[in-house]
Amino acid sequence: MNAKTSEEKKVGARIRGMIESFGLPRLIIAGFLLLLFIAAPFVGANFFTQLTNTLNRFGWNAILVLAMVPMIHSGCGLNFGLPLGIISGLLGATLSIELGFTGALSFFMAILLSTPFALVLGCGYGWLLNRIKGGEMMIATYVGFSSVSFMCMMWLLLPYHSPNMVWGLSGKGLRTTISLEGYYDQVLSGFLQIKIGDFSIPTGSLLFFALLAFAMWAFLHTKTGTAMTAAGSNPVFAKAAGVNVDKMRLLSVVMSTWLAAVGILVYEQGFGFVQLYMAPFYMALPAVSAILIGGASVNKATITNVIIGTFLYQGIVTMTPTVMNSMIHTDMSEVIRIIVSNGMILYALTRKTEGSKS
Amino acid sequence: MKNETNLFKKLLRLIGDNPVPIMFVLICLVCIPVSGFSPSYLLNEIITRVGRNSFLILCLLIPIMAGMGLNFGMTLGAMAGEIALIFVADWQIYGIPGVVLAMILSIPFSVLLGTLCGKILNRAKGKEMITSYMISFFVNGLYQLVVLYMMGAIIPIKHSSVKLPRGYGIRNTVSLKNMRQCLDNLLSVNLFGAKIPVLTFILVAILCLFIVWFRKTKLGQDMRAVGQDMQVAKDAGINVERTRVISIVMSTVLAGFGMIIYLQNMGNLSTYSSHSQIGMFCIAALLVGGASVDRASIGNVFLGVFLFHMMFIVAPSTGAKITGDSMIGEYFRVFVSYAVITVALIMYETKKRKKKSSAGKELAAQQAAEEAEHE
Repeated sequence: MNAKTSEEKKVGARIRGMIESFGLPRLIIAGFLLLLFIAAPFVGANFFTQLTNTLNRFGWNAILVLAMVPMIHSGCGLNFGLPLGIISGLLGATLSIELGFTGALSFFMAILLSTPFALVLGCGYGWLLNRIKGGEMMIATYVGFSSVSFMCMMWLLLPYHSPNMVWGLSGKGLRTTISLEGYYDQVLSGFLQIKIGDFSIPTGSLLFFALLAFAMWAFLHTKTGTAMTAAGSNPVFAKAAGVNVDKMRLLSVVMSTWLAAVGILVYEQGFGFVQLYMAPFYMALPAVSAILIGGASVNKATITNVIIGTFLYQGIVTMTPTVMNSMIHTDMSEVIRIIVSNGMILYALTRKTEGSKS
Repeated sequence: MKNETNLFKKLLRLIGDNPVPIMFVLICLVCIPVSGFSPSYLLNEIITRVGRNSFLILCLLIPIMAGMGLNFGMTLGAMAGEIALIFVADWQIYGIPGVVLAMILSIPFSVLLGTLCGKILNRAKGKEMITSYMISFFVNGLYQLVVLYMMGAIIPIKHSSVKLPRGYGIRNTVSLKNMRQCLDNLLSVNLFGAKIPVLTFILVAILCLFIVWFRKTKLGQDMRAVGQDMQVAKDAGINVERTRVISIVMSTVLAGFGMIIYLQNMGNLSTYSSHSQIGMFCIAALLVGGASVDRASIGNVFLGVFLFHMMFIVAPSTGAKITGDSMIGEYFRVFVSYAVITVALIMYETKKRKKKSSAGKELAAQQAAEEAEHE
């Protein structure tokens, strides 16, 4: 009898430990999503269509979330400056269209053309972040905002001519949204797509994400990758061990910026449109909260966090409108999304054990 | 000769110490003639804008005093003010009584939200700015939940001019026509063709006096001590956490008042967007006036609100004149607002690091000297 209770206590403690390590908010969000999936058939939403949508959106967004990983590893915190990388991607996308590439080629050219921008901007951004250690997140936010608002002027002034992109009347200045039909619309999502009734798997974009995620995983296990993690977890120790901390941080920022550039291109091929001007403004927040929902903290993140987080976040984004709509006949999804995603970021920022190093 | 070089040096130092305000003076000097506005128009506009924005910007000073940086959470106060105004508009209370009632009504909401914000910020010491920034987003979600779904459904809202046609939720714009500029018009004076809203300025002056007085009180001194060094303040017997919460609550309550003054001047309330940009513009204006993250004075507020809004008035038409596209100027002023905040944050962080490293060097030198003494 006694032995049994102690055994029970042990199990209880283990469960409590599991909950603690998994995090209560994460559990609530996962439970909420599960509830949505269960409720979906009862309110008349097709389960498989919902799952397909979730998978699709996972494919669009996963790389933007993956872009968070290197900077968290090197101790630069959450990359609120993601819009900077997104802008490199947009420059690549518009240049690729301007130069007249079409079809799948335009996608690869867009990645290729955005790379130099991402490298240069990433270097500058990384250099800046090295000078302001400790205040990265706030400044990153505002670097993102400034660059987006600066590019708003540039989209109007840069000499683009392609009739598919500029305003029809004046013949200059890029449109706010540019259709990708004939360019790289669905180039990954449509590749090797598997269809079973209502259910389809966007194999191409999932494979592309898997490729990059594997590359990231492999990189983190190389010598440089380990040095980067060391620089993040204990800069003083890393410096003593002969790691050039500043260089590691710079490298991580450049990687993050480039991944953001590729990420936005992948997002666009799924979405079907290039969005310019103020569109990239708040794009960092969904990516940040997704990786946090996946179990990452301000200074610890893995590829698993990315996958779980993106799936949960996008699941909620796709499921709430349909399920909520049919349940209470109002669309509360936007409000729920705002509360969940920003609440998650707040939770991560205020945890005392982690993230309180500066 | 020597005097001249001294003066030159002084001038150089002045520029070096205040790069942001001087840059703005230059922008304004270039833009004003190009924009082609008449002086009386400019005067009128700037007086209106100084009147409606000063109160909001002044509320940022208190958290800076307590060492909590720029309070991006002032948006919370703005939301509290808006909720109060929605109720007052629904109850059809007009004019000055309406404004006063809204101010009183906003206090409980502000105190509640301010306490929440302060408590959260106490859990994120050293990261106050990014945290308060995220709080403003989070509470914006709660605000939408309350205003868009609960008002009219759970919280009684009667008047159909406020309510959405579907029966619950508040319209996108709530007209405040009945209290439009009632504060500004009372006691207003016409001077050189410009209307001067004397009562609004008196309110701003009272707040300035309050801040000056408050700095000298026990609580004000405590706040400054907390802002200087939390550990030392704690050792001196100051309840650090409580002081910090109070500073945020005060700032939030004042921001609520400020928002009501702002909106009575505008004459209508954009329910879901009025507050979203207000924090950013107020902070940018304060920084343009030469304030930094850890130091801001009343002078900074007025210089900043003048320069920033001068730029705001002239930038669109200047941009249109130069490039032939009116949107350029619009984007330019948004860009400048963000760029100013970015530059100010970078300057603050680099200065902080320099200070830290020089303090470290001093400590090392001290230790070396002590060791030498031992030997």
